[in-house]
Amino acid sequence: MIAMTGNGASRLLVESTDSAATIRRNSKRPKYSRFTQQELPACKPILTPKYVIMAFIIVSIIFIPIGLVTFFASGDVVEIIDQYETACIPQPYRGSQNDELNFIQSSTTNKTCQRTLTVPKNMTQPIYIYYQLSNFYQNHRRYVQDYNAAQLMDPNNVNDTTGCSPEDIANGSPIVPCGLIAWSLFNDTYNFTLNNQQLPVNKQNISWKSDRDTKFSSKVYPRNFQNGTLIGGATLDTSKSLSEQEDLIVWMRTAALPTFRKLYGKIEVDLQANDTIQVTLQNNYNIYSFSGEKKIVLSTTSWLGGKNNFLGIAYLTVGGLCFFLAMVFTVIYLFKPRRLGDPSYLSWNSNPGGH
Amino acid sequence: MSGSLDSRSTMKRYVYINDDLSKDLYCDNHISNRKYNVLNFLPKNLWEQFRRFMNIYFLLIACLELWSLITPVSPATTWGPLILIFAVSATKEAWDDYNRYLLDKQANEKEVWVVKQGVKKLIQAQDIHVGDIVWLHENDEVPCDLVLLGTSDIQGVCYVETAALDGETDLKTRVIPSACAGIASEMLHKIKGVIECPNPDNDIRRFDANLRLFPPFTDNDLCPLTINNTMLQSCYLRNTGWACGAAVYTGNETKLGMSRGVPEPKLTAVDAMIDKLTQAIFLFQIVVVVVLGTAGNVWKEIEARKQWYVLYPNEGPWYELLVIPLRFELLCSIMIPISLKVSLDIVKSLYANFIDWDQEMYDHETSTPSHATNTAISEDLGQVDYILTDKTGTLTENKMIFRRCCINGIFYGNESGDALKDPLLINAVATNSPDVILFLMVMAICNTVIPTKSKNGSIIYKAQSQDEDALVRAAAHLHLAFVNKSGNILEINLNGAVLLYEILETLEFTYERKRMSVVVKNCQTGKIILLSKGADEAILPLACSGQQIGAFVEAVEQYSQLGLRTLCLAWRELKEDEYQEWSSLFKEAKTTLVDRERRLAEVCQRLENNLEILGITAIEDRLQDGVPETIETLRKAGINFWMLTGDKQNTAMQIAVLCHFISPEPKGQLLLINGQTEDEVSSSLKKALLTMRITTSEPKDVAFVVDGWALEIVLNNYREAFTELAILSRTAICCRVTPSQKAQLVKLLKSLDYRILAIGDGGNDVKMIQQADIGVGISGREGLQAARAADYSIGKFRFLKRLILVHGRYSYNRTAFLSQYSFYKSLLICFIQIFFSFISGISGTSLFNSVSLMAYNVFYTSFPVLVSVLDKDLSERTVMQHPEIFSYCQAGRLLNPITFAGWFGRSLFHALVVFLITIHAYAYEKSEMEELSMVALSGCIWLQAFVVTMETNSFTVPQHLAIWGNLAAFYVINFIFSALPTSEMYMIMFQLCRQPSYWIAIFMTVAVGIGPVLALKYFRCTYRPTAIDILQQAEHMGRRILSLGNVNPHPRSLDEEVAPLAITQPKNCSPVYEPLLSDSPTATSRSICNNSI
Repeated sequence: MIAMTGNGASRLLVESTDSAATIRRNSKRPKYSRFTQQELPACKPILTPKYVIMAFIIVSIIFIPIGLVTFFASGDVVEIIDQYETACIPQPYRGSQNDELNFIQSSTTNKTCQRTLTVPKNMTQPIYIYYQLSNFYQNHRRYVQDYNAAQLMDPNNVNDTTGCSPEDIANGSPIVPCGLIAWSLFNDTYNFTLNNQQLPVNKQNISWKSDRDTKFSSKVYPRNFQNGTLIGGATLDTSKSLSEQEDLIVWMRTAALPTFRKLYGKIEVDLQANDTIQVTLQNNYNIYSFSGEKKIVLSTTSWLGGKNNFLGIAYLTVGGLCFFLAMVFTVIYLFKPRRLGDPSYLSWNSNPGGH
Repeated sequence: MSGSLDSRSTMKRYVYINDDLSKDLYCDNHISNRKYNVLNFLPKNLWEQFRRFMNIYFLLIACLELWSLITPVSPATTWGPLILIFAVSATKEAWDDYNRYLLDKQANEKEVWVVKQGVKKLIQAQDIHVGDIVWLHENDEVPCDLVLLGTSDIQGVCYVETAALDGETDLKTRVIPSACAGIASEMLHKIKGVIECPNPDNDIRRFDANLRLFPPFTDNDLCPLTINNTMLQSCYLRNTGWACGAAVYTGNETKLGMSRGVPEPKLTAVDAMIDKLTQAIFLFQIVVVVVLGTAGNVWKEIEARKQWYVLYPNEGPWYELLVIPLRFELLCSIMIPISLKVSLDIVKSLYANFIDWDQEMYDHETSTPSHATNTAISEDLGQVDYILTDKTGTLTENKMIFRRCCINGIFYGNESGDALKDPLLINAVATNSPDVILFLMVMAICNTVIPTKSKNGSIIYKAQSQDEDALVRAAAHLHLAFVNKSGNILEINLNGAVLLYEILETLEFTYERKRMSVVVKNCQTGKIILLSKGADEAILPLACSGQQIGAFVEAVEQYSQLGLRTLCLAWRELKEDEYQEWSSLFKEAKTTLVDRERRLAEVCQRLENNLEILGITAIEDRLQDGVPETIETLRKAGINFWMLTGDKQNTAMQIAVLCHFISPEPKGQLLLINGQTEDEVSSSLKKALLTMRITTSEPKDVAFVVDGWALEIVLNNYREAFTELAILSRTAICCRVTPSQKAQLVKLLKSLDYRILAIGDGGNDVKMIQQADIGVGISGREGLQAARAADYSIGKFRFLKRLILVHGRYSYNRTAFLSQYSFYKSLLICFIQIFFSFISGISGTSLFNSVSLMAYNVFYTSFPVLVSVLDKDLSERTVMQHPEIFSYCQAGRLLNPITFAGWFGRSLFHALVVFLITIHAYAYEKSEMEELSMVALSGCIWLQAFVVTMETNSFTVPQHLAIWGNLAAFYVINFIFSALPTSEMYMIMFQLCRQPSYWIAIFMTVAVGIGPVLALKYFRCTYRPTAIDILQQAEHMGRRILSLGNVNPHPRSLDEEVAPLAITQPKNCSPVYEPLLSDSPTATSRSICNNSI
């Protein structure tokens, strides 16, 4: 004990703390995994001129042909459009909105109207007949949700008219189909004659099959419809179930835009160029109060749908712009090359005062 | 006496030992850390959650949505996510609380031996009452705060481990009060008395109380109690057979219970910025609502009334005018992303885990991993402007080695650098030179070290101060070994002879006194002597008038030049009556309850004068590994360093040079601010300021040095000038500062809108650490106090580099992206809704259905961005090689109003692209509502995927999975919904996917949306690259990156180039981009600019 020196004490001290540390060492050390150490293998692409120029060229190579194909597809579609809302007002009523309204709202005026359409090119069947409304807001907040899906779907829910206000109850009993959309059903009718012969219009299967099968029940029949004080649009044949009311089904697929076309029917014969078609139409639907437009459209179809040049032109434009950008980048790259990742560009390295 | 006690009785409690008197007065020992109970959980938790603005906002929106007249979508779109968010955080709280409950229960039901009214029985810990005597055995945990009454040790000593309380792992000695000495253990059952103690507080270093035992145990004398007579809750009894004590504080009123508390949550700069942006978006939303609401009402009056099919009633209710604005409010409510808070919480906890998991920040020597206590502030690490560091233990190892000394004017150890090997000194000891022996005596016994014998007979010293440890061991090495301490008797072995001393009093060390003394009596001769040691400025002025102290001043000067820590040793012989007279004063001071510390200091002062200076010791404290490199790297990164130390100016400056804190002349220049009087200080401050102003333009390394005394004057009287100096100076050394001054400096810099990181290791740094934006504690030798108070604890100073440059920087970058992207995607969908309202009669129709809106925020857009926490813009190596890159996040370049404007512009652009392409591609016969909305939504989702791809710098497998898997999941989810006949979207997605025009429109959207962004980004990366771009390219090229030029101390003076990752590049308000220039006008304008936005 007496012989103990400070040296021995300090050595022992060090040893003891060391051994204590070894025991704890393994337990506290964080476990290794690539995730915890943030060392997951990663690829770090950067925007080199080569890749960027190639990307733009590839986009233009893909887009220009697609643009051409779409453009021609749209060009192949033959369309006859006839705007008739003013023409179908008899001369005395034309001009002032009030007179137009008087005409359309009166029950005594003769709404029959004759229109002549000329076929510009050969049209192969099926030829789709649309009516096109403009300035008609089917997407209005008060309108777009004003129906009851449950009522249309299920005969057990026919009395459910929630969400149909104000066209939910008439004369004390629920309306089927209720709501503003059904109430304002489009009611112009078209008859076509070609060379004094009636052109048959097929009004079957103009609505979505899923709607006929599921959304509109074959066991629900119109009831108490258009019986209120205010008459909106068309009336419905109460002997036909909702799933057979295809005009209603089409109408109730609300449009998202204020200008829209809805399918009226199909003509299932080919039309020749320069054929004249006589349309006898009943101009019943009121679009005069809000300065809307009504058009009748006969159109063939392509793989892309109806006539729509937008996509074709847009694709060509984008493709062209991409090509142009690629060229610009190439030119700049050739004439003003810049070394990538040159540390001398770093601000702290290029600081002139760095002495 | 009793009168004065009564007058203060409101402040204290009387504990009657072994008596039921106080049983009902105070709570029992039932511990409860729970925040909630079963009944109040829901209301209390909801109340806490609703204190946040965002939550109230969302609740308000959700409530408004219940009003079917105005709601554009089903209320589920907001209620769903809201309830989910609330449920998640409530569940987390409940789980935490349940775990706390289990722990409490375990502690409460632990069985302990207790003497109640003279009977010893085993009861549950929760049934202990104040006044009960608790009996503990070796290795028992102390169940409540006890005043020690007896131990198995004859001397009345026991050892406790206080690690759970203060984190210090060394054993602490606790002694029984003198009044209890000599009471047999069986008599302890019957002991009666009263303890007069303060009301419960949280000070674990202080217990100013008195004990009076009732007859027959002792005469009615008051016996002072200190913290040394207590055993606090959560400590463990070690190396002692048994100990018993009277419970004074129980349950939640113990010192531990009182010091628990929820710390104020810290708000990071990024969070503050996000809040600001949220408010800006909120304002924007209000504007949109007002404008569209008014337009909607006007349109309704002039147009919609004509539209017979919407059947507007002629007379509406009184609130009719509010309906449309409120609809728009609900429609626009998604502008503020509901998922942001949750996403941020998730990624922040991940950042914290990355820190905990980091093997490179694991200290092998002490086997401590790094730990992020505060999981919410990692981004702030990436924005640090100033680092305020302690010196001892933080920069240095705090492993003290006695190197040199100066005894009576003779320098030892100057040749070899190690006094222990100096033959002169060894010789002097061998010849019993009285000066040297006395000097060694002070080294050996003027301390609070406890020698304990290990099993093999050698001695291990248990010291709380590393300095004392070094001195005692050095003395032992010089054959004056402190061998044993039993009670007050010290046994010293001098050259083989045993000397016995009795400790009469210990005048303890405090930071204010900066010295400690012991009064000892030589047991052989009966002489009483005072031995003192302390800082030179605390001892030298006390020298007796006759003594020449020139040599000692010179020694101090010389040693501190070498960066050694100096202590001055002194002694004085006391006369018996002088001691007796002083002793009674001292005893009285020790029993004071109020302001005890100050009174003790006063009394000590009375004894500590007229000292004879013996000499100076010089202790080396080596720098930690990698300190200079770390400081150099961080300074290159543009972080300013201030060193705050209690050490002397010279030592501090020497250490500062050693760790590249300041450059040596001529590049570096030191400005001293000192002086004794106010005028001197003021003039030196002015001079320093003037020099600083002139030299800011030069790339010179100017630092100022200020000592505690001058700092006190400056902070009180010349705050403004000092503030300017603080802004101008990149480096400062503050020496001889007190803990509260450290905190004051932190506060000062914080008030200048800088982000402050304070790093320290000891108890004297705790205040500074708590005050700073980010507190980092080094879990070092001075215990874990600092580490426990800190937000981050690391094992070594050098880990700070990685903590800031890697973890801080990545966290900042990732959060910057995540938060802005969250706003982008919300704005995108909201803009589309707004555009749609223009073609739907400004009536507030929602284009998207409820399911899509809800899923958009919660599913479709959250996963890819959450995985962006794996994104790394630059590799860790590159960042370490180019720390200058740090200035990008430091100056907040990736998240500020301008980058946000970029994202805002991008969302506007993308919304336009999606909207226009959709309505044109799906015009006329295709313009069916559900189809059109799904086309638009698909366009958004595709754009999202590509935007995330564009903004991702490094792709790992999880990122690819998240981005593309998410896109696939979008289709899967929508196919499922399309298959449900009751869904609004029945069959929609199947039909769309069969249409070529759908795919053509989507590709169009992607090309038009991404093309310009790509082109702009490419152009910017190549022709106006930011430093990040350049380094990314360099990394990609695999080119060896060489730093050209020399290390520039002002890396932040360039880079005016604004380069947000955005399409629009507005150039106003460029000061935001000025990365914290060293000159004040810009630096202050930065804060002004920030505030004004």
